[in-house]
Amino acid sequence: MPAKKQLTFEQSMARLEEIVTALEKGDAPLEEALALFEEGTGLMKQCSAALDKAEQKVAKLLRGPDGEAVETPMEDMEL
Amino acid sequence: MRVYTVSQVNQHIKGLFDADEALQAIFVRGEISNYKMAYSGHHYFSLKDEGSVLKCALFKGRAATGLRFRPANGMKVVAYGYVGAYPQNGEYQLYVEALQPEGVGDLQAAFEELKAKLAAQGLFDPEHKKSIPSFPQRIALVTSPTGAAVRDMIRVLGARWPMAEVNVVPCLVQGEEAAGQIAAAIRWVNEKHLADLIITGRGGGSREDLWCFNDEGLARTIYASEIPIISAVGHEPDVTIADYVADLRAATPSNGAELAVPDQNDQYARLYHLSQRMAKAMDRRVKEARSALAQAGRSRILQNPMTWVDDRRMALDHRRERLGHALQGTLGADRERFARLAAALDALSPLKVLSRGYAIAQGPRGVMRSVKDAGSGDRLKLKLSDGELTCTVD
Repeated sequence: MPAKKQLTFEQSMARLEEIVTALEKGDAPLEEALALFEEGTGLMKQCSAALDKAEQKVAKLLRGPDGEAVETPMEDMEL
Repeated sequence: MRVYTVSQVNQHIKGLFDADEALQAIFVRGEISNYKMAYSGHHYFSLKDEGSVLKCALFKGRAATGLRFRPANGMKVVAYGYVGAYPQNGEYQLYVEALQPEGVGDLQAAFEELKAKLAAQGLFDPEHKKSIPSFPQRIALVTSPTGAAVRDMIRVLGARWPMAEVNVVPCLVQGEEAAGQIAAAIRWVNEKHLADLIITGRGGGSREDLWCFNDEGLARTIYASEIPIISAVGHEPDVTIADYVADLRAATPSNGAELAVPDQNDQYARLYHLSQRMAKAMDRRVKEARSALAQAGRSRILQNPMTWVDDRRMALDHRRERLGHALQGTLGADRERFARLAAALDALSPLKVLSRGYAIAQGPRGVMRSVKDAGSGDRLKLKLSDGELTCTVD
C-alpha cells in the first residue's frame, strides 16, 4: 500500500478503484476487508474534500535575471 | 458594303471574348484604383500596373464568398475571374470572382512548403505525440497575458478543474518577435520544469495575425518539448503548423482548456459510483460477518453483556454524530447525494456491528471463528467498537 497523505487525487482514485474491486471479490478475510473498507472510506472523504475545497490558483511566471521563475499575480482580470 | 449596328458590333466582340478560353479563368495582379461600392452592393474598381488599367466588377453575390477583406485604393491584390465585354457601354472588364490581398498567395505557398517539409521529417507523426496527463497539476499557458483568449482559458480551467495550478507565461502572439518568444517560453518551461502540461495559443484573427504559429523554429521547439503541448490557435477553421506538430490540437483557446483537464462533476459522479459499489460489497461482507458473530455470541463468555460496552457504544454514537455534522458541513447542497451515501457506508461499517455489542476475537492464529480456535491459557484480543481488550481463556 502506497504511503498515505502523499497521494495525488489521481492516485487516491486509482487506489479507491483497487479497494472497491478487492471488496467486490469478497475473498479477503474479515480483518483485511475491514481495513480496506476503512481505507476506502478515508480516501472517499479525502477525495470529495479535495474536490470541495479546490480553489484555482492563477499566477504569472516571469523570467528572473538568473533565469529562475518569478511568480507575480495576474493583474486584475475579470474572469 | 454591309453596315452594322452598334449593337451588332458589340455583340460580335462579346462573342469573341466569350469564345477565348484564355480569358475564362485567369488571375490578374494589380493595384486597386477608382474603387467604389455601388448602392446595389456591387463593387467596381480598376486594376492597374505601371503601364495599363483593367476595369473590374465584383458583384454582390460573388462578394459574399470571394471577398474577405475591405478593398481600398492603392491596395495590391490578385483577382480571379474572367474577362468579358459589356455591349451596353462597349467596354470589356474583368468579372471578379475572388479577390485576395497580394502576398496571401505567397504565404499560402510558404505554409504548404513548410508543412510538406516537416511532415516528411516526421514532425507530425502520431507515434511521436505525447499523451496529455489525465489530471494535470500545473498548467502553463504560453500566450498573451491580456485579452479574451487567456481569460477564456483560465475561466474554463477553473470551472472544470480548479485543482490545477495555472501559470501564465506571457509572450507576444502576433508580429515579428512572437514566434521566437513563444518558443523561448516553451523551452524555459521545459528547462525549469514549471508545468506538466503546456497550452499555447491565441484568439482568432486574420491569417497574418496567426502567422507566428506557422514558424519553423517554433514547430521544432514544440516537437522537442518534453512536456506535452496543446495548441489552441484562433477559431475552428484556422489550422497552423503548430496545430499539426502539437501533441493535441484544440479548435479554440476555450476548447484547449476543456481538453486539458477533467471535469470535476465527472469525478464526483465517479466517486459516487465507487461508494455505491463499496457499499454493496460491504453490505454482503457484513451479512456474512453477522452470521459468524451470531454464532460466536452463543459462547459463554459473550452471553453476559458488560455494562462498559454500553458506555463505549454511547460514546461512539456521540462521536459518529459529530463526524456526520462535520461531513455535512464540507459538502455543498448539490453534493448531498454523495453525503447520503457516505452516511450509508458508515452504517454498514463492521465497526457499527461492533458498536451493537459484538466483538471480534483474535487468537494466536488470527480471527477466531469457532471455540475450537482457542485453547486454555490462550491470550485473546477482543476487538470492540472503540478499541481492543486482551484476555485469557480459562
